[in-house]
Amino acid sequence: MSETDDALNGSASDRARRMLEDWEANELAAFVARQPEGREEYETASGVPVKRVYTAVDGARTPLEDIGLPGRYPFTRGPYPTMYRGRLWTMRQIAGFGTGADTNRRFKYLIAQGQTGLSTDFDMPTLMGYDSDHPMSQGEVGREGVAVDTLDDMEALFDGIDLTRISVSMTINPSAWILLAMYVALAEQRGDDLDRLSGTIQNDILKEYIAQKEWIYPPRPSMRIVRDTIVYAARHMKRYNPVNISGYHISEAGATAVQEAAFTMANAIAYVEEVVKAGIPVDDFAPRLAYYFVSQADFFEEVAKFRAVRRVYAKIMKDRFGAAKPESMRLRFHCQTAAATLTKPQHKVNVIRTAYQALAAVLGGAQSLHTNGLDEAFAIPTEEAMKLALRTQQVIADETNVAAVIDPLGGSYYIESLTTEMEERIFAILDEVDRMGGTLKAIEDGWFQKEIADSAYAFALKKANGERPVIGVNKYVEEEDEDAAIETHGHDPDTERRQIETLRRVRSRRDGGRVARLLEELKAVAADEDANIMPVTIELVKARASMGEIVESLKDLWGTYRETPVI
Amino acid sequence: MSEKTGVIRVLLAKVGLDGHDRGVKVVARCLRDAGMDVIYTGLHRTPEEVVDAAVQEDVDVLGVSLLSGAHMTILPRMIDLLKKTDADDIILMAGGVMPDEDVAALKKLGVGEVLLQDAPPETIVGTVRRLVAERGPR
Repeated sequence: MSETDDALNGSASDRARRMLEDWEANELAAFVARQPEGREEYETASGVPVKRVYTAVDGARTPLEDIGLPGRYPFTRGPYPTMYRGRLWTMRQIAGFGTGADTNRRFKYLIAQGQTGLSTDFDMPTLMGYDSDHPMSQGEVGREGVAVDTLDDMEALFDGIDLTRISVSMTINPSAWILLAMYVALAEQRGDDLDRLSGTIQNDILKEYIAQKEWIYPPRPSMRIVRDTIVYAARHMKRYNPVNISGYHISEAGATAVQEAAFTMANAIAYVEEVVKAGIPVDDFAPRLAYYFVSQADFFEEVAKFRAVRRVYAKIMKDRFGAAKPESMRLRFHCQTAAATLTKPQHKVNVIRTAYQALAAVLGGAQSLHTNGLDEAFAIPTEEAMKLALRTQQVIADETNVAAVIDPLGGSYYIESLTTEMEERIFAILDEVDRMGGTLKAIEDGWFQKEIADSAYAFALKKANGERPVIGVNKYVEEEDEDAAIETHGHDPDTERRQIETLRRVRSRRDGGRVARLLEELKAVAADEDANIMPVTIELVKARASMGEIVESLKDLWGTYRETPVI
Repeated sequence: MSEKTGVIRVLLAKVGLDGHDRGVKVVARCLRDAGMDVIYTGLHRTPEEVVDAAVQEDVDVLGVSLLSGAHMTILPRMIDLLKKTDADDIILMAGGVMPDEDVAALKKLGVGEVLLQDAPPETIVGTVRRLVAERGPR
């Protein structure tokens, strides 16, 4: 900032201060004397105190360069210069249940309704690396997501869908490398150019230990798997996001908005360090790192969070890792409305909650968005619920005209002040993690887990004493819920049997000797720290090895993880 | 209930592959703050492990948290296991996300109470105390 700017700012800010003091002494004082405000103190959901009104006095706190312009460092206002004028956010409703063929039908339905990207939910056994016929899988096959055991299931899942024309996101973590291998194998089988595939695997193992709790191996070998996928994608899949570093689950587990953003950045730092340590220059892979955040209930805090985290990330990549390419510093994120805010009583109100959360995501500059179904406090959503959720996004995009102007809340005294406040709080947490010895150490000490449990309990108590109103639950409660009747997604009890039958048929038809030889090769590759496990895993899935067989073969070498629970 | 102290003992458990542990941890703190002895198993336990632990720890209440949709597979199995080990004086409670018709079915099978996602702390504490009082001393 030049000296002239400083002088002008100073004088504007001085004038604003005088105006404010005058107003406080006159209009405000007289009014409050007649009619006191509702509360003594106001704060955001994260506990950031908020003032009655924000003025140019607060505006002076944030340097103009920190606000900046869209598509330019520090990307506070958005990752691209034209944002939604150039390309709307991707409307990406997640889907997954039953077998590959069952979910394939839902995908085609959503595409027919105008959805522009795909997102896949897997069942618990697939997420945790168990085959459908494993004893731990009983009762869970195809229930919360689609069951995938072998490449045959992947073929059924994407049957008739051109993977070079639609981006596909897969919510999968400890077993992500195997799903990526299946995706690559399927594309190669079809003759698709790998550089034309666009999509994402979540593959964010650190937030699993912190929040979502899906794991197989201990943290350190798991980090190596993530490294291998990032390195493979950097070399062979130039449009693919090999990791989606996620705050969503951290928030759903109970964290505040500030913790969500800070813990996600702590995880990002750990991944970047891991890949750089393997000798890959930061600018070779950082442009493909993707992010995922929740859009929670506190509207302005969420908008400020998205803006703050973009700025924090840009500064980390530039200052801490010496990134030179702007693409390495710009944070792109997928967003999902907050499932934990949805209620069973008066469930139709969930449509309204979701709409406001979706609007905050759009005003915050999300690149893709999933809006939750109104029935998600009951079960996974029905087709009808997903259509309404998609229509919610379409109304925002086509009827409200909010997408015409980039970062329309930028420059608001409140939003800029809250953005800067959140940035400072995020950096303070990152400093604390550094002092503890880094992200992995803090995970191993259970620090993040404890912090989240504290926030979750504080929230539960506020909900119980009414300090945090939830319509239909602790306010405007109806004895007889007029809307109690709801048709929910029905689980087909025959799914497990059908899925196991497919798995056994695949096993009986393949070359068992070849699978056994490749599994031995995988073990040897895994034992060599400097080797990459992706190529042999791709060979394995092509030979129709199952996910469970691949996962089990490495348990002797790497061990398994069991959490020391923190209450 | 411990004969000597009169303190209610509760084992909270996560069974199967379900990793949603926000609720169970909040329940653990609520019960602990209400003066009960609370043990939490951690994640991904089998029904056998949990029933064994409940017997070993001589608890009054075994609370199982399930948000995975697998409750109709897992809970009936736990009822059977409790019967087989002659431990059916342990009160089985469930919490999480389950449809109303399943809640009714589970209570018929012998689950003492099912508390869903929005149950406030006082309801949770009150229900545990009521069920233990109804069972009477052992």
